[in-house]
Amino acid sequence: MLSDGDLQAIWLTLRLAGIVTLILLLIGTPIAWWLARTRAWWKAPVGAVVALPLVLPPSVLGFYLLLAMGPNGPVGAFTQSIGFGTLPFTFWGLVVASVFYSLPFMVQPLQTAFEAVGDRPLEVAATLRASPIDAFFTVAVPLALPGFLSASILTFAHTVGEFGVVLMIGGNIPGQTRVASVQIYDHVEALEYMHAHQLAAVMLVFSFVVLLVLYVWRPSSKKGA
Amino acid sequence: MSNFKAKFHVEWPGFTLDVDLNLPERGVTALFGHSGSGKTTLLRCIAGLERAKQGYLSFKGEVWQDETTWLPTHQRPLGYVFQEASLFSHLSVLGNLRYGLKRTSDIRNPALDQAVELLGIGHLLDRKPAHLSGGERQRVGIARALAVAPRILLMDEPLAALDLKRKQEILPYLERLHDELDIPVLYVSHSPDEVARLADHIVVMDGGKVVTRGPLVETMARLDLPIRLGQDAGVVLDAIVAERDETWHLARVEFAGGSLWTRDHHLAVGHRVRVRIQASDVSLATQPQEHSSILNLLSGVVDAISDDEHPGLALVRVRVGESNLIARLTKRSVTALAIVPGLPIWVQVKSVALME
Repeated sequence: MLSDGDLQAIWLTLRLAGIVTLILLLIGTPIAWWLARTRAWWKAPVGAVVALPLVLPPSVLGFYLLLAMGPNGPVGAFTQSIGFGTLPFTFWGLVVASVFYSLPFMVQPLQTAFEAVGDRPLEVAATLRASPIDAFFTVAVPLALPGFLSASILTFAHTVGEFGVVLMIGGNIPGQTRVASVQIYDHVEALEYMHAHQLAAVMLVFSFVVLLVLYVWRPSSKKGA
Repeated sequence: MSNFKAKFHVEWPGFTLDVDLNLPERGVTALFGHSGSGKTTLLRCIAGLERAKQGYLSFKGEVWQDETTWLPTHQRPLGYVFQEASLFSHLSVLGNLRYGLKRTSDIRNPALDQAVELLGIGHLLDRKPAHLSGGERQRVGIARALAVAPRILLMDEPLAALDLKRKQEILPYLERLHDELDIPVLYVSHSPDEVARLADHIVVMDGGKVVTRGPLVETMARLDLPIRLGQDAGVVLDAIVAERDETWHLARVEFAGGSLWTRDHHLAVGHRVRVRIQASDVSLATQPQEHSSILNLLSGVVDAISDDEHPGLALVRVRVGESNLIARLTKRSVTALAIVPGLPIWVQVKSVALME
Protein backbone atom coordinates (compact mmCIF):
# COMPACT_ATOMS: atom_id res chain seq x y z
CA MET A 1 0.00 0.00 0.00
CA LEU A 2 1.10 3.59 0.69
CA SER A 3 4.79 3.95 1.50
CA ASP A 4 6.12 5.86 4.50
CA GLY A 5 7.09 8.65 2.14
CA ASP A 6 3.50 8.80 0.87
CA LEU A 7 2.09 8.93 4.38
CA GLN A 8 4.55 11.62 5.33
CA ALA A 9 3.52 13.64 2.27
CA ILE A 10 -0.19 13.22 3.11
CA TRP A 11 0.34 14.27 6.73
CA LEU A 12 2.35 17.29 5.61
CA THR A 13 -0.36 18.22 3.15
CA LEU A 14 -3.10 18.03 5.77
CA ARG A 15 -1.04 20.04 8.24
CA LEU A 16 -0.34 22.72 5.64
CA ALA A 17 -3.99 22.91 4.56
CA GLY A 18 -5.22 23.01 8.17
CA ILE A 19 -2.86 25.81 9.20
CA VAL A 20 -3.56 27.82 6.05
CA THR A 21 -7.32 27.48 6.60
CA LEU A 22 -7.05 28.72 10.18
CA ILE A 23 -4.85 31.67 9.20
CA LEU A 24 -7.18 32.58 6.33
CA LEU A 25 -10.21 32.46 8.63
CA LEU A 26 -8.51 35.14 10.70
CA ILE A 27 -7.28 37.24 7.77
CA GLY A 28 -10.04 36.57 5.24
CA THR A 29 -12.99 37.30 7.52
CA PRO A 30 -12.22 41.01 8.06
CA ILE A 31 -11.35 41.43 4.38
CA ALA A 32 -14.61 39.76 3.31
CA TRP A 33 -16.58 41.80 5.85
CA TRP A 34 -15.04 45.02 4.61
CA LEU A 35 -15.62 44.10 0.94
CA ALA A 36 -19.25 43.18 1.69
CA ARG A 37 -20.08 46.41 3.49
CA THR A 38 -17.88 49.21 2.18
CA ARG A 39 -18.95 51.80 -0.33
CA ALA A 40 -15.39 53.07 -0.81
CA TRP A 41 -14.20 53.47 -4.40
CA TRP A 42 -11.24 51.21 -3.79
CA LYS A 43 -13.49 48.27 -3.05
CA ALA A 44 -13.11 47.19 -6.70
CA PRO A 45 -9.29 47.27 -6.85
CA VAL A 46 -9.04 45.42 -3.54
CA GLY A 47 -11.55 42.84 -4.74
CA ALA A 48 -9.54 42.38 -7.94
CA VAL A 49 -6.27 41.91 -6.04
CA VAL A 50 -7.91 39.32 -3.80
CA ALA A 51 -9.15 37.46 -6.89
CA LEU A 52 -5.79 37.54 -8.71
CA PRO A 53 -4.66 34.07 -7.61
CA LEU A 54 -7.73 32.66 -9.39
CA VAL A 55 -6.35 33.61 -12.78
CA LEU A 56 -2.59 33.96 -12.30
CA PRO A 57 -0.50 30.95 -13.27
CA PRO A 58 0.79 29.49 -9.97
CA SER A 59 4.31 29.81 -11.32
CA VAL A 60 3.88 33.59 -11.68
CA LEU A 61 2.56 33.95 -8.13
CA GLY A 62 5.30 31.61 -6.88
CA PHE A 63 7.97 33.57 -8.76
CA TYR A 64 7.03 36.89 -7.17
CA LEU A 65 6.68 35.34 -3.73
CA LEU A 66 10.09 33.72 -4.16
CA LEU A 67 11.64 37.08 -4.98
CA ALA A 68 9.86 38.82 -2.10
CA MET A 69 10.74 36.17 0.46
CA GLY A 70 14.27 35.62 -0.83
CA PRO A 71 17.36 37.10 0.85
CA ASN A 72 17.14 40.30 -1.21
CA GLY A 73 13.35 40.71 -1.11
CA PRO A 74 11.49 42.96 1.36
CA VAL A 75 9.86 40.03 3.17
CA GLY A 76 13.18 38.17 3.25
CA ALA A 77 14.96 41.20 4.68
CA PHE A 78 12.33 41.42 7.41
CA THR A 79 12.42 37.71 8.33
CA GLN A 80 16.20 37.80 8.43
CA SER A 81 16.23 40.88 10.62
CA ILE A 82 14.09 39.13 13.23
CA GLY A 83 16.34 36.10 13.10
CA PHE A 84 13.95 33.85 11.23
CA GLY A 85 16.18 33.28 8.21
CA THR A 86 14.56 33.20 4.79
CA LEU A 87 11.27 31.50 4.10
CA PRO A 88 11.70 29.78 0.70
CA PHE A 89 12.23 26.03 0.89
CA THR A 90 10.73 25.85 4.39
CA PHE A 91 7.35 24.68 5.61
CA TRP A 92 6.44 28.20 6.79
CA GLY A 93 7.40 29.57 3.42
CA LEU A 94 4.83 27.21 1.98
CA VAL A 95 2.26 28.41 4.52
CA VAL A 96 2.80 32.05 3.53
CA ALA A 97 2.63 31.25 -0.17
CA SER A 98 -0.51 29.15 0.28
CA VAL A 99 -2.22 31.91 2.24
CA PHE A 100 -1.86 34.16 -0.82
CA TYR A 101 -2.71 31.40 -3.23
CA SER A 102 -5.92 30.34 -1.41
CA LEU A 103 -7.03 33.83 -0.33
CA PRO A 104 -9.90 34.18 -2.86
CA PHE A 105 -11.27 30.78 -1.88
CA MET A 106 -11.80 32.08 1.64
CA VAL A 107 -12.75 35.68 0.91
CA GLN A 108 -15.22 35.25 -1.94
CA PRO A 109 -17.65 32.77 -0.31
CA LEU A 110 -17.51 34.78 2.91
CA GLN A 111 -18.15 38.03 1.08
CA THR A 112 -21.17 36.49 -0.64
CA ALA A 113 -22.45 35.18 2.69
CA PHE A 114 -22.04 38.55 4.41
CA GLU A 115 -23.74 40.31 1.51
CA ALA A 116 -26.65 37.89 1.80
CA VAL A 117 -27.01 38.73 5.49
CA GLY A 118 -27.46 42.38 4.51
CA ASP A 119 -27.75 45.52 6.62
CA ARG A 120 -31.11 44.83 8.22
CA PRO A 121 -30.19 42.20 10.85
CA LEU A 122 -27.35 44.46 11.99
CA GLU A 123 -29.66 47.45 12.23
CA VAL A 124 -32.09 45.34 14.24
CA ALA A 125 -29.25 44.29 16.54
CA ALA A 126 -28.28 47.95 17.02
CA THR A 127 -31.84 48.83 18.05
CA LEU A 128 -31.61 45.96 20.55
CA ARG A 129 -28.57 47.55 22.23
CA ALA A 130 -25.87 45.46 20.51
CA SER A 131 -22.65 47.31 19.69
CA PRO A 132 -21.26 46.75 16.16
CA ILE A 133 -18.71 44.15 17.35
CA ASP A 134 -21.33 42.40 19.47
CA ALA A 135 -23.68 42.34 16.48
CA PHE A 136 -20.94 40.95 14.24
CA PHE A 137 -20.33 37.94 16.46
CA THR A 138 -23.91 37.30 17.61
CA VAL A 139 -25.78 38.05 14.38
CA ALA A 140 -23.58 38.29 11.28
CA VAL A 141 -21.38 35.26 12.02
CA PRO A 142 -24.24 32.88 12.96
CA LEU A 143 -26.26 33.98 9.93
CA ALA A 144 -23.22 33.55 7.66
CA LEU A 145 -22.25 30.20 9.17
CA PRO A 146 -22.95 28.17 6.00
CA GLY A 147 -20.64 30.59 4.19
CA PHE A 148 -17.91 30.00 6.77
CA LEU A 149 -18.24 26.25 6.31
CA SER A 150 -18.07 26.28 2.54
CA ALA A 151 -15.25 28.86 2.54
CA SER A 152 -13.22 26.72 4.95
CA ILE A 153 -13.80 23.53 3.02
CA LEU A 154 -12.91 25.19 -0.29
CA THR A 155 -9.77 26.77 1.16
CA PHE A 156 -8.65 23.51 2.71
CA ALA A 157 -9.27 21.51 -0.46
CA HIS A 158 -7.68 24.09 -2.70
CA THR A 159 -4.54 24.14 -0.55
CA VAL A 160 -4.39 20.36 -0.64
CA GLY A 161 -4.46 20.54 -4.42
CA GLU A 162 -1.76 23.14 -4.99
CA PHE A 163 1.31 22.18 -6.95
CA GLY A 164 2.91 24.95 -8.96
CA VAL A 165 3.39 27.38 -6.10
CA VAL A 166 4.85 24.60 -3.97
CA LEU A 167 7.43 23.77 -6.59
CA MET A 168 8.43 27.42 -6.96
CA ILE A 169 8.64 28.20 -3.25
CA GLY A 170 9.16 24.95 -1.48
CA GLY A 171 10.99 22.66 -3.81
CA ASN A 172 10.90 19.05 -2.82
CA ILE A 173 12.21 18.45 0.69
CA PRO A 174 10.76 15.34 2.39
CA GLY A 175 8.90 16.17 5.60
CA GLN A 176 9.34 19.88 4.92
CA THR A 177 7.82 20.80 1.63
CA ARG A 178 7.13 17.56 -0.19
CA VAL A 179 3.31 17.58 -0.19
CA ALA A 180 1.12 14.88 -1.78
CA SER A 181 0.86 16.49 -5.20
CA VAL A 182 4.67 16.79 -5.42
CA GLN A 183 5.06 13.21 -4.22
CA ILE A 184 2.85 12.00 -7.08
CA TYR A 185 4.95 14.01 -9.53
CA ASP A 186 8.08 12.34 -8.13
CA HIS A 187 6.55 8.89 -8.49
CA VAL A 188 5.73 9.57 -12.13
CA GLU A 189 9.19 11.00 -12.81
CA ALA A 190 10.67 7.85 -11.33
CA LEU A 191 8.26 5.77 -13.43
CA GLU A 192 6.71 4.33 -10.24
CA TYR A 193 3.25 4.25 -11.76
CA MET A 194 1.84 1.87 -9.16
CA HIS A 195 2.72 4.25 -6.31
CA ALA A 196 1.49 7.20 -8.28
CA HIS A 197 -1.84 5.38 -8.86
CA GLN A 198 -2.37 4.73 -5.17
CA LEU A 199 -1.67 8.27 -4.01
CA ALA A 200 -3.60 9.77 -6.92
CA ALA A 201 -6.61 7.63 -6.02
CA VAL A 202 -6.48 8.93 -2.46
CA MET A 203 -6.47 12.52 -3.74
CA LEU A 204 -9.31 11.79 -6.15
CA VAL A 205 -11.53 10.29 -3.48
CA PHE A 206 -10.69 13.11 -1.08
CA SER A 207 -11.58 15.79 -3.62
CA PHE A 208 -14.81 14.07 -4.54
CA VAL A 209 -15.91 13.73 -0.92
CA VAL A 210 -15.14 17.38 -0.24
CA LEU A 211 -17.21 18.54 -3.20
CA LEU A 212 -19.99 16.12 -2.30
CA VAL A 213 -20.16 17.56 1.21
CA LEU A 214 -20.32 21.08 -0.25
CA TYR A 215 -23.11 20.25 -2.68
CA VAL A 216 -25.15 18.38 -0.08
CA TRP A 217 -24.77 21.35 2.24
CA ARG A 218 -25.81 24.10 -0.14
CA PRO A 219 -29.60 23.78 -0.22
CA SER A 220 -29.96 24.00 3.56
CA SER A 221 -28.04 27.25 3.65
CA LYS A 222 -30.74 29.09 1.76
CA LYS A 223 -33.30 29.14 4.55
CA GLY A 224 -34.31 32.56 5.79
CA ALA A 225 -36.92 34.13 7.99
CA MET B 1 -41.83 73.73 25.64
CA SER B 2 -41.30 70.21 24.35
CA ASN B 3 -38.55 67.94 25.58
CA PHE B 4 -38.53 65.94 22.39
CA LYS B 5 -36.97 67.98 19.61
CA ALA B 6 -35.89 66.69 16.24
CA LYS B 7 -34.18 68.86 13.66
CA PHE B 8 -32.56 67.31 10.62
CA HIS B 9 -31.20 68.36 7.30
CA VAL B 10 -30.31 65.51 4.95
CA GLU B 11 -29.38 65.94 1.32
CA TRP B 12 -29.15 63.02 -1.04
CA PRO B 13 -29.25 63.11 -4.82
CA GLY B 14 -32.88 63.83 -5.67
CA PHE B 15 -34.05 64.00 -2.06
CA THR B 16 -33.89 66.54 0.72
CA LEU B 17 -35.18 66.08 4.23
CA ASP B 18 -35.61 69.29 6.12
CA VAL B 19 -37.55 69.10 9.36
CA ASP B 20 -37.63 70.96 12.64
CA LEU B 21 -40.14 69.41 15.00
CA ASN B 22 -41.21 69.43 18.60
CA LEU B 23 -42.73 66.02 19.05
CA PRO B 24 -45.31 65.02 21.66
CA GLU B 25 -43.93 63.13 24.62
CA ARG B 26 -46.95 60.90 24.98
CA GLY B 27 -49.43 59.05 22.85
CA VAL B 28 -49.13 57.81 19.30
CA THR B 29 -47.81 60.29 16.75
CA ALA B 30 -48.34 59.26 13.15
CA LEU B 31 -45.76 60.34 10.58
CA PHE B 32 -48.02 60.33 7.57
CA GLY B 33 -47.20 60.84 3.93
CA HIS B 34 -46.73 59.25 0.54
CA SER B 35 -43.73 57.06 -0.16
CA GLY B 36 -40.75 59.30 -0.74
CA SER B 37 -42.09 61.98 1.59
CA GLY B 38 -39.21 61.40 3.99
CA LYS B 39 -41.16 59.93 6.89
CA THR B 40 -39.07 56.76 7.13
CA THR B 41 -35.84 58.74 6.74
CA LEU B 42 -36.95 60.97 9.61
CA LEU B 43 -37.63 57.91 11.77
CA ARG B 44 -34.24 56.41 10.88
CA CYS B 45 -32.51 59.69 11.76
CA ILE B 46 -34.24 59.65 15.15
CA ALA B 47 -33.10 56.04 15.68
CA GLY B 48 -29.56 56.84 14.60
CA LEU B 49 -29.73 54.34 11.75
CA GLU B 50 -29.20 57.25 9.36
CA ARG B 51 -26.77 59.97 10.22
CA ALA B 52 -27.88 63.44 9.24
CA LYS B 53 -24.82 65.65 8.85
CA GLN B 54 -26.74 68.57 10.26
CA GLY B 55 -29.10 67.71 13.02
CA TYR B 56 -30.22 68.19 16.56
CA LEU B 57 -32.08 65.60 18.57
CA SER B 58 -32.95 65.64 22.22
CA PHE B 59 -35.26 63.35 24.11
CA LYS B 60 -36.43 64.01 27.66
CA GLY B 61 -33.46 66.21 28.46
CA GLU B 62 -30.84 63.96 26.86
CA VAL B 63 -29.09 65.17 23.74
CA TRP B 64 -28.78 62.34 21.24
CA GLN B 65 -27.31 64.44 18.47
CA ASP B 66 -25.89 67.92 18.03
CA GLU B 67 -22.76 69.37 16.46
CA THR B 68 -20.47 67.54 18.86
CA THR B 69 -22.58 64.61 20.07
CA TRP B 70 -23.72 61.55 18.23
CA LEU B 71 -25.14 58.73 20.25
CA PRO B 72 -24.94 55.48 18.27
CA THR B 73 -28.18 53.54 17.88
CA HIS B 74 -27.29 50.89 20.43
CA GLN B 75 -26.93 53.51 23.14
CA ARG B 76 -30.32 55.13 22.50
CA PRO B 77 -33.10 53.88 24.81
CA LEU B 78 -35.52 53.14 22.00
CA GLY B 79 -37.45 50.26 20.52
CA TYR B 80 -37.73 49.94 16.75
CA VAL B 81 -40.19 47.89 14.71
CA PHE B 82 -39.22 47.41 11.07
CA GLN B 83 -41.56 47.01 8.15
CA GLU B 84 -40.64 43.36 7.77
CA ALA B 85 -40.37 41.70 11.16
CA SER B 86 -36.66 41.00 10.48
CA LEU B 87 -36.43 38.33 13.16
CA PHE B 88 -33.07 36.65 13.66
CA SER B 89 -33.55 33.37 11.80
CA HIS B 90 -30.83 31.61 13.80
CA LEU B 91 -32.66 32.17 17.08
CA SER B 92 -35.97 30.89 18.43
CA VAL B 93 -38.77 33.34 19.22
CA LEU B 94 -37.62 33.41 22.84
CA GLY B 95 -34.01 33.88 21.72
CA ASN B 96 -35.14 36.85 19.64
CA LEU B 97 -37.03 38.34 22.58
CA ARG B 98 -34.09 37.84 24.93
CA TYR B 99 -31.48 39.25 22.54
CA GLY B 100 -32.10 42.85 23.52
CA LEU B 101 -33.09 42.04 27.08
CA LYS B 102 -29.67 40.55 27.79
CA ARG B 103 -28.07 43.79 26.68
CA THR B 104 -30.12 46.22 28.73
CA SER B 105 -28.43 47.43 31.87
CA ASP B 106 -31.51 47.35 34.02
CA ILE B 107 -32.91 43.85 33.79
CA ARG B 108 -36.59 44.47 34.17
CA ASN B 109 -37.90 41.08 33.32
CA PRO B 110 -41.50 42.26 33.58
CA ALA B 111 -40.96 44.04 30.27
CA LEU B 112 -40.52 40.70 28.55
CA ASP B 113 -43.47 39.04 30.24
CA GLN B 114 -45.65 42.08 29.58
CA ALA B 115 -44.62 42.17 25.93
CA VAL B 116 -45.34 38.46 25.52
CA GLU B 117 -48.74 38.88 27.13
CA LEU B 118 -49.58 42.10 25.29
CA LEU B 119 -48.86 40.59 21.88
CA GLY B 120 -50.32 37.18 22.69
CA ILE B 121 -47.27 35.17 21.64
CA GLY B 122 -46.82 32.98 24.72
CA HIS B 123 -47.53 29.82 22.71
CA LEU B 124 -44.88 30.62 20.08
CA LEU B 125 -41.78 31.02 22.25
CA ASP B 126 -40.06 27.76 21.27
CA ARG B 127 -40.61 28.12 17.53
CA LYS B 128 -38.14 29.24 14.91
CA PRO B 129 -39.10 32.34 12.92
CA ALA B 130 -39.30 30.27 9.72
CA HIS B 131 -42.29 28.45 11.23
CA LEU B 132 -44.36 31.53 11.97
CA SER B 133 -47.00 33.24 9.85
CA GLY B 134 -46.36 36.79 8.67
CA GLY B 135 -48.67 38.22 11.31
CA GLU B 136 -47.10 36.18 14.09
CA ARG B 137 -43.65 37.29 13.02
CA GLN B 138 -44.58 40.93 13.20
CA ARG B 139 -46.13 40.43 16.65
CA VAL B 140 -42.85 38.87 17.79
CA GLY B 141 -40.98 41.79 16.21
CA ILE B 142 -43.09 44.27 18.18
CA ALA B 143 -42.69 42.28 21.41
CA ARG B 144 -38.94 42.11 20.84
CA ALA B 145 -38.78 45.89 20.57
CA LEU B 146 -40.84 46.26 23.77
CA ALA B 147 -38.84 43.68 25.74
CA VAL B 148 -35.92 46.09 26.12
CA ALA B 149 -38.26 48.42 28.07
CA PRO B 150 -37.67 51.30 25.66
CA ARG B 151 -38.49 54.88 26.56
CA ILE B 152 -39.81 55.52 23.08
CA LEU B 153 -41.15 53.15 20.44
CA LEU B 154 -40.46 53.79 16.74
CA MET B 155 -42.54 51.86 14.23
CA ASP B 156 -41.82 51.94 10.50
CA GLU B 157 -44.98 50.85 8.69
CA PRO B 158 -45.29 47.70 10.78
CA LEU B 159 -48.34 46.54 8.82
CA ALA B 160 -47.37 47.51 5.29
CA ALA B 161 -45.86 44.13 4.39
CA LEU B 162 -48.95 42.22 5.52
CA ASP B 163 -52.13 41.36 3.67
CA LEU B 164 -55.48 42.69 4.83
CA LYS B 165 -56.29 39.67 6.96
CA ARG B 166 -52.98 39.82 8.81
CA LYS B 167 -53.47 43.55 9.32
CA GLN B 168 -56.81 42.91 10.95
CA GLU B 169 -55.06 40.33 13.13
CA ILE B 170 -52.46 42.81 14.39
CA LEU B 171 -54.43 46.04 14.65
CA PRO B 172 -56.16 45.03 17.90
CA TYR B 173 -52.73 44.43 19.45
CA LEU B 174 -51.57 47.86 18.32
CA GLU B 175 -54.66 49.37 19.89
CA ARG B 176 -53.81 47.60 23.13
CA LEU B 177 -50.33 49.11 22.91
CA HIS B 178 -51.93 52.49 22.51
CA ASP B 179 -54.10 51.99 25.58
CA GLU B 180 -51.58 50.34 27.87
CA LEU B 181 -48.21 51.82 26.97
CA ASP B 182 -47.10 54.97 28.69
CA ILE B 183 -44.19 55.72 26.35
CA PRO B 184 -44.45 57.86 23.22
CA VAL B 185 -44.85 56.01 19.92
CA LEU B 186 -43.81 57.34 16.52
CA TYR B 187 -45.74 55.47 13.89
CA VAL B 188 -44.79 55.82 10.23
CA SER B 189 -47.64 55.02 7.90
CA HIS B 190 -49.15 55.85 4.56
CA SER B 191 -52.39 54.13 5.48
CA PRO B 192 -55.27 56.48 6.34
CA ASP B 193 -57.09 53.71 8.21
CA GLU B 194 -54.21 52.96 10.54
CA VAL B 195 -53.65 56.63 11.25
CA ALA B 196 -57.32 57.27 11.93
CA ARG B 197 -57.49 54.28 14.24
CA LEU B 198 -54.27 54.64 16.17
CA ALA B 199 -52.93 58.14 16.16
CA ASP B 200 -53.38 60.88 18.75
CA HIS B 201 -51.19 63.31 16.85
CA ILE B 202 -50.28 63.54 13.23
CA VAL B 203 -47.30 64.92 11.36
CA VAL B 204 -48.03 65.14 7.66
CA MET B 205 -44.98 65.05 5.42
CA ASP B 206 -44.46 65.74 1.76
CA GLY B 207 -41.28 66.09 -0.27
CA GLY B 208 -39.05 65.87 2.79
CA LYS B 209 -40.88 68.65 4.62
CA VAL B 210 -43.51 68.80 7.32
CA VAL B 211 -46.74 70.03 5.78
CA THR B 212 -48.76 70.19 8.96
CA ARG B 213 -48.88 68.73 12.41
CA GLY B 214 -51.11 68.70 15.45
CA PRO B 215 -53.64 66.68 17.40
CA LEU B 216 -55.33 64.27 15.00
CA VAL B 217 -58.96 65.27 15.55
CA GLU B 218 -58.27 68.99 15.21
CA THR B 219 -55.90 68.59 12.30
CA MET B 220 -58.35 66.48 10.34
CA ALA B 221 -61.02 69.16 10.72
CA ARG B 222 -58.90 71.86 9.12
CA LEU B 223 -60.16 72.93 5.72
CA ASP B 224 -57.09 74.76 4.50
CA LEU B 225 -54.78 71.77 4.36
CA PRO B 226 -54.07 69.28 1.67
CA ILE B 227 -54.39 66.48 4.17
CA ARG B 228 -56.43 63.72 2.72
CA LEU B 229 -56.60 60.46 4.56
CA GLY B 230 -57.48 58.46 1.51
CA GLN B 231 -59.17 59.97 -1.51
CA ASP B 232 -61.61 61.90 0.57
CA ALA B 233 -61.61 64.67 3.09
CA GLY B 234 -63.24 63.80 6.37
CA VAL B 235 -63.03 64.05 10.11
CA VAL B 236 -62.25 61.69 12.96
CA LEU B 237 -64.12 61.86 16.27
CA ASP B 238 -63.47 60.24 19.61
CA ALA B 239 -66.66 58.69 20.92
CA ILE B 240 -68.12 56.23 23.42
CA VAL B 241 -70.64 53.48 22.79
CA ALA B 242 -73.73 54.79 24.62
CA GLU B 243 -76.52 52.44 23.64
CA ARG B 244 -77.14 49.29 21.68
CA ASP B 245 -80.32 48.51 19.81
CA GLU B 246 -80.49 44.73 19.56
CA THR B 247 -83.62 44.73 17.42
CA TRP B 248 -82.11 46.69 14.58
CA HIS B 249 -78.47 45.77 15.17
CA LEU B 250 -77.48 49.35 15.69
CA ALA B 251 -75.32 51.12 18.21
CA ARG B 252 -75.40 54.74 19.28
CA VAL B 253 -72.07 56.42 19.88
CA GLU B 254 -71.71 59.72 21.70
CA PHE B 255 -69.16 62.32 20.82
CA ALA B 256 -68.55 65.80 22.20
CA GLY B 257 -71.55 67.53 20.74
CA GLY B 258 -74.01 64.84 19.79
CA SER B 259 -74.50 61.21 19.00
CA LEU B 260 -74.65 59.03 15.91
CA TRP B 261 -76.21 55.70 15.02
CA THR B 262 -73.97 53.15 13.41
CA ARG B 263 -74.01 49.45 12.69
CA ASP B 264 -73.62 47.40 15.85
CA HIS B 265 -70.09 46.00 16.17
CA HIS B 266 -70.88 44.08 19.38
CA LEU B 267 -68.96 46.52 21.50
CA ALA B 268 -70.00 46.92 25.11
CA VAL B 269 -71.65 50.13 26.25
CA GLY B 270 -68.95 52.46 27.56
CA HIS B 271 -66.33 51.22 25.06
CA ARG B 272 -64.22 54.03 23.59
CA VAL B 273 -64.26 54.13 19.82
CA ARG B 274 -63.11 56.31 16.98
CA VAL B 275 -65.45 57.18 14.18
CA ARG B 276 -64.50 58.52 10.82
CA ILE B 277 -66.95 60.53 8.77
CA GLN B 278 -66.10 61.32 5.19
CA ALA B 279 -67.09 64.65 3.71
CA SER B 280 -68.99 62.96 0.89
CA ASP B 281 -71.22 61.16 3.41
CA VAL B 282 -72.39 64.40 4.98
CA SER B 283 -75.13 66.58 3.52
CA LEU B 284 -76.61 69.85 4.80
CA ALA B 285 -80.15 71.17 4.97
CA THR B 286 -81.64 74.42 6.23
CA GLN B 287 -84.81 72.59 7.35
CA PRO B 288 -84.90 69.35 9.35
CA GLN B 289 -85.63 66.51 6.94
CA GLU B 290 -88.42 64.38 8.34
CA HIS B 291 -88.99 61.92 5.55
CA SER B 292 -85.46 60.74 5.02
CA SER B 293 -83.76 57.37 5.16
CA ILE B 294 -80.84 58.92 6.90
CA LEU B 295 -80.85 58.18 10.63
CA ASN B 296 -78.34 60.71 11.78
CA LEU B 297 -79.55 64.26 11.94
CA LEU B 298 -77.53 66.75 13.90
CA SER B 299 -77.93 70.43 14.41
CA GLY B 300 -74.97 72.74 14.06
CA VAL B 301 -73.65 76.04 12.88
CA VAL B 302 -71.68 76.68 9.68
CA ASP B 303 -68.12 77.47 10.65
CA ALA B 304 -66.13 77.86 7.45
CA ILE B 305 -66.33 77.26 3.72
CA SER B 306 -63.50 76.52 1.32
CA ASP B 307 -62.92 75.35 -2.23
CA ASP B 308 -62.48 71.66 -2.88
CA GLU B 309 -60.17 70.26 -5.51
CA HIS B 310 -62.86 70.25 -8.19
CA PRO B 311 -64.01 73.75 -9.20
CA GLY B 312 -67.66 72.71 -8.80
CA LEU B 313 -67.29 71.55 -5.22
CA ALA B 314 -66.86 73.15 -1.82
CA LEU B 315 -66.03 71.87 1.64
CA VAL B 316 -68.17 73.22 4.45
CA ARG B 317 -67.16 72.82 8.06
CA VAL B 318 -69.99 72.70 10.55
CA ARG B 319 -69.62 73.01 14.29
CA VAL B 320 -71.73 70.50 16.18
CA GLY B 321 -71.32 71.08 19.89
CA GLU B 322 -67.59 70.91 20.50
CA SER B 323 -66.89 68.87 17.40
CA ASN B 324 -66.49 69.61 13.72
CA LEU B 325 -67.87 67.81 10.72
CA ILE B 326 -66.95 68.47 7.13
CA ALA B 327 -69.48 68.23 4.29
CA ARG B 328 -68.75 68.22 0.59
CA LEU B 329 -71.36 70.14 -1.40
CA THR B 330 -71.64 71.52 -4.89
CA LYS B 331 -71.06 75.26 -5.05
CA ARG B 332 -74.48 75.52 -6.58
CA SER B 333 -76.00 74.09 -3.40
CA VAL B 334 -73.91 76.42 -1.25
CA THR B 335 -75.34 79.37 -3.16
CA ALA B 336 -78.89 78.00 -3.40
CA LEU B 337 -79.08 77.40 0.36
CA ALA B 338 -77.26 80.65 1.06
CA ILE B 339 -74.77 78.91 3.27
CA VAL B 340 -72.51 81.38 5.05
CA PRO B 341 -70.48 81.12 8.26
CA GLY B 342 -72.72 81.54 11.30
CA LEU B 343 -75.80 80.02 9.66
CA PRO B 344 -77.60 77.43 11.82
CA ILE B 345 -77.90 74.25 9.78
CA TRP B 346 -79.04 70.62 9.86
CA VAL B 347 -76.41 68.00 9.21
CA GLN B 348 -77.30 64.61 7.78
CA VAL B 349 -74.71 61.89 8.14
CA LYS B 350 -75.24 58.98 5.84
CA SER B 351 -72.41 56.75 6.89
CA VAL B 352 -70.20 56.46 9.93
CA ALA B 353 -67.14 54.27 9.87
CA LEU B 354 -66.45 52.84 13.28
CA MET B 355 -62.89 52.06 14.26
CA GLU B 356 -62.68 50.06 17.44
